[in-house]
Amino acid sequence: MGPFIAQFLTGLANAAALFLVASGLSLIFGVTRIVNFAHGSFYMLGAFIGYTVMQLLPGAFGFWSSILVAGLAVGLIGVIVEMLVLRPIYRAPELFQLVATFGVILVIQDLALITWGAEDLLGPRAPGLKGVIRILGEPVPKYDLALIAITPFILFALWYLITKTRLGVLVRAATQDREMVAALGVNQSWLFTGVFFLGAMLAGLGGALQLPKGGADLLMDFNILASIFVVVVIGGMGSLPGAFIAAVLISVLNVFGVRYMPQSTLVLMYVVMAVVLIIKPYGLMGRKEVAGEHGQVGEPEQPFSPFGRRGRLIVAVLLIALATLPFLGSKFAMILAIDIIIVCLFAASLHFILSLGGLVSFGHAAFFGGGAYAAALMVHYAGSPMELAFVLAPIITGFLAIIIGWFCIRLTGVYFAMLTLAFSQLLWSLVFQWGEVTGGDDGMVSIWPSPWASDTTVFFYLTMIIGFGGILVLRHAAHSPFGYALRASRDSAGRAEATGINTKRVQFVAFTFAGAMAGLAGTLFVFSKGSIFPTELEIGKSFDALIMVFLGGVKTLAGPLVGASALSLMQDYLTRFEYWRLALGLLIIAVVIIAPEGIAGTSQKLAARWGIIRRDEVQ
Amino acid sequence: MLELFDINSFYGKAHILNDLSFNIAHGEVVALLGRNGAGKTTTMKSIMQMVRPATGSVTFAGQDISKWPTHKIAKSGIGYVPEERRIFSDLTIVENLEVGRQSPREGVPTWSFDDLFDLFPNLAERRNNRGRALSGGEQQMLTIARTLMGNPSLLLLDEPSEGIAPIIVEQMAKTILELKSQGLTVLISEQNLHFARIVADRAVIIESGTNRFDGNFADLDSDPETRDAYLSV
Ligand SMILES: Nc1ncnc2c1ncn2[C@@H]1O[C@H](COP(=O)(O)OP(=O)(O)OP(=O)(O)O)[C@@H](O)[C@H]1O
Ligand SMILES: [Mg+2]
Repeated sequence: MGPFIAQFLTGLANAAALFLVASGLSLIFGVTRIVNFAHGSFYMLGAFIGYTVMQLLPGAFGFWSSILVAGLAVGLIGVIVEMLVLRPIYRAPELFQLVATFGVILVIQDLALITWGAEDLLGPRAPGLKGVIRILGEPVPKYDLALIAITPFILFALWYLITKTRLGVLVRAATQDREMVAALGVNQSWLFTGVFFLGAMLAGLGGALQLPKGGADLLMDFNILASIFVVVVIGGMGSLPGAFIAAVLISVLNVFGVRYMPQSTLVLMYVVMAVVLIIKPYGLMGRKEVAGEHGQVGEPEQPFSPFGRRGRLIVAVLLIALATLPFLGSKFAMILAIDIIIVCLFAASLHFILSLGGLVSFGHAAFFGGGAYAAALMVHYAGSPMELAFVLAPIITGFLAIIIGWFCIRLTGVYFAMLTLAFSQLLWSLVFQWGEVTGGDDGMVSIWPSPWASDTTVFFYLTMIIGFGGILVLRHAAHSPFGYALRASRDSAGRAEATGINTKRVQFVAFTFAGAMAGLAGTLFVFSKGSIFPTELEIGKSFDALIMVFLGGVKTLAGPLVGASALSLMQDYLTRFEYWRLALGLLIIAVVIIAPEGIAGTSQKLAARWGIIRRDEVQ
Repeated sequence: MLELFDINSFYGKAHILNDLSFNIAHGEVVALLGRNGAGKTTTMKSIMQMVRPATGSVTFAGQDISKWPTHKIAKSGIGYVPEERRIFSDLTIVENLEVGRQSPREGVPTWSFDDLFDLFPNLAERRNNRGRALSGGEQQMLTIARTLMGNPSLLLLDEPSEGIAPIIVEQMAKTILELKSQGLTVLISEQNLHFARIVADRAVIIESGTNRFDGNFADLDSDPETRDAYLSV
């Protein structure tokens, strides 16, 4: 009984910081509808700033004041981010802002590296709470007990703020219908800024509060990001009590998981999330999302139209120019081009489901990596030739998409995004931990193309044919009756159903198709590299694809290609510098602010305005 | 008090308001009439800049408000009661009113929670109920009360009688007349000519976003062709 209780208490103590950070994310999302990827960075800054202030302020009073100071400081940083980066782009298409917050992550990573160095910082112990207390013979750190004691006060303070103050009333009202709140005379900009302050401050407090338990390091931001998303989704987006229950659930399960099923720890929370969302699609205490209820006013969607003659000509010229690349004789350039074509196909497949289908997937890497692993396993275990792998791996990925889609398609919006994320994480941890078959962390190597295609030039042309072939198929699908049905399902599910379209089935098929195409990209990838590692299944890979699609422009078919090329080239060029994250982050933020419709979208608009292309040619 | 001049509003490429112009004088109740889809709601939203007119100007109390953000317009004294009501269903009645609360304004009646509960006794009984637990009529009262909390000098009422039982409609008419007697200026959009006649001093009829008639009800009655062409009586 003793160990059991001790572990339960540790779990509860861990929940305190997790809840603080997650509730901040939940508040920000609820009011501003921004999925703030940078929330983990606020948490990390809280830890670093708290550490520094603790060096300056001695004693117990100093310790606790430092935590408050760190919270306030991070709150102010949140305000700066909101005013400089997010304010200019509130009217951009939904979820576009997450690209900007991704840029913020990169900037904060390097700024923290510059300020605090690369070494992990050991958190100071809380004065007066250094030892342990024995409970039923088991040692429990005093600081854990202190955290458990503080948690009810945090809960009460937040509850009071949200239910009893005018700010809280406005926050809840804006969570439901922010346009109406503005029509009643409330300045949304300041409300948003206020909420950002509060949300960032909570993250900062969480980061500083966990210092004695975990210290401060540069990986904290990404490490907590997944957990807080999971907590917010399990609890129900925008629900603070839900976030609390979920934080406790996840923390306690984690502690027990580490103890009794160490091999399961990576997946445990995703399994819980998947189960909750399958049973309660809007989280434990969430509300159903009603489309349009939040009073978002965006421009109506421009319909895509097929390329005009001039458009086709431009594409043909570009392709021919690309095809002459091998004559330059630079192997390096060819390899870079191969990489870019592959990510273009990957991004295009995500764009298909995201833009046309209106389903934002946060877990598209499952299909890219899935395709790559399918091919690698076939080659490794069955000695399958490359040609067969190119046919079968995408089909296998399609089946994978059928399974995942079967669970996910019933959801929409952020919940869909999160469940796809959960499944991709499940797949990742499966590959990671099933080392006997997949090689685990060491990956799978020696997956080479057939002899005839092993020359770089030949493989380059092969990639061009398969890559652009796949993109062409996606384009055709977009302009086919199926593509129209998909867009109808996105724009008005009710009306589409009335005309006899089974919207869910249409989306299901589209999801499967997009998955298979991502699998094709993954297959190309594994043969181009000759190896595959679990990193290709990571969250980061899914995020890359999202950034590419949004950066290029969600509303144009050329967007994902432009975005993928731009991001790859930027990365390729910038990574040779020491602080490349800072540069890349600033670049991403700049693009997002200057071109809120993405690079392709904004250039096409400008071209149309200047009369270079006809308005209806904007596609 | 309010002046619309050559307003043109669009939804995407759909041209909804077409050089629409009309005025409202201080203390007047004007009925904005027109069939379904004539552009009444769009007119109200264009005044509030919730739809941004492409061209034209809106002048309120001598100031050009066409480029102002919505919240600033609301703060300057225009209260908007939307057709879809848009009450905050997770908030209680009191909290809904709190969202609309603004500081007192000179020269116009100031409303407190208690004043509004006097005006709408049905709401008083249920003040701690959540918005979603209210009937349609109660929701309509709440949305008007919520807007009055901002102490507006001009009230925009979008089809307040829609979908409400006849007794409540009668009550609504009384309320509007009372607001008028307190010095409020009101623009009320309606399809119900009978109701409009009771509350309004003047009618503006629009069709396809253009002003087709502007005058008092006696003039309208003496011109049955206009009436029948643009209204479904
Ligand atoms: N969000 C929108 N997007 C596109 N078209 C719209 C939108 N809202 C309204 N419309 C169109 O604009 C026109 C005018 O609509 P509006 O709501 O202003 O009419 P209305 O006079 O208020 O009608 P009703 O009496 O039915 O409320 C209609 O043809 C309508 O279909
Ligand atoms: Mg209307």
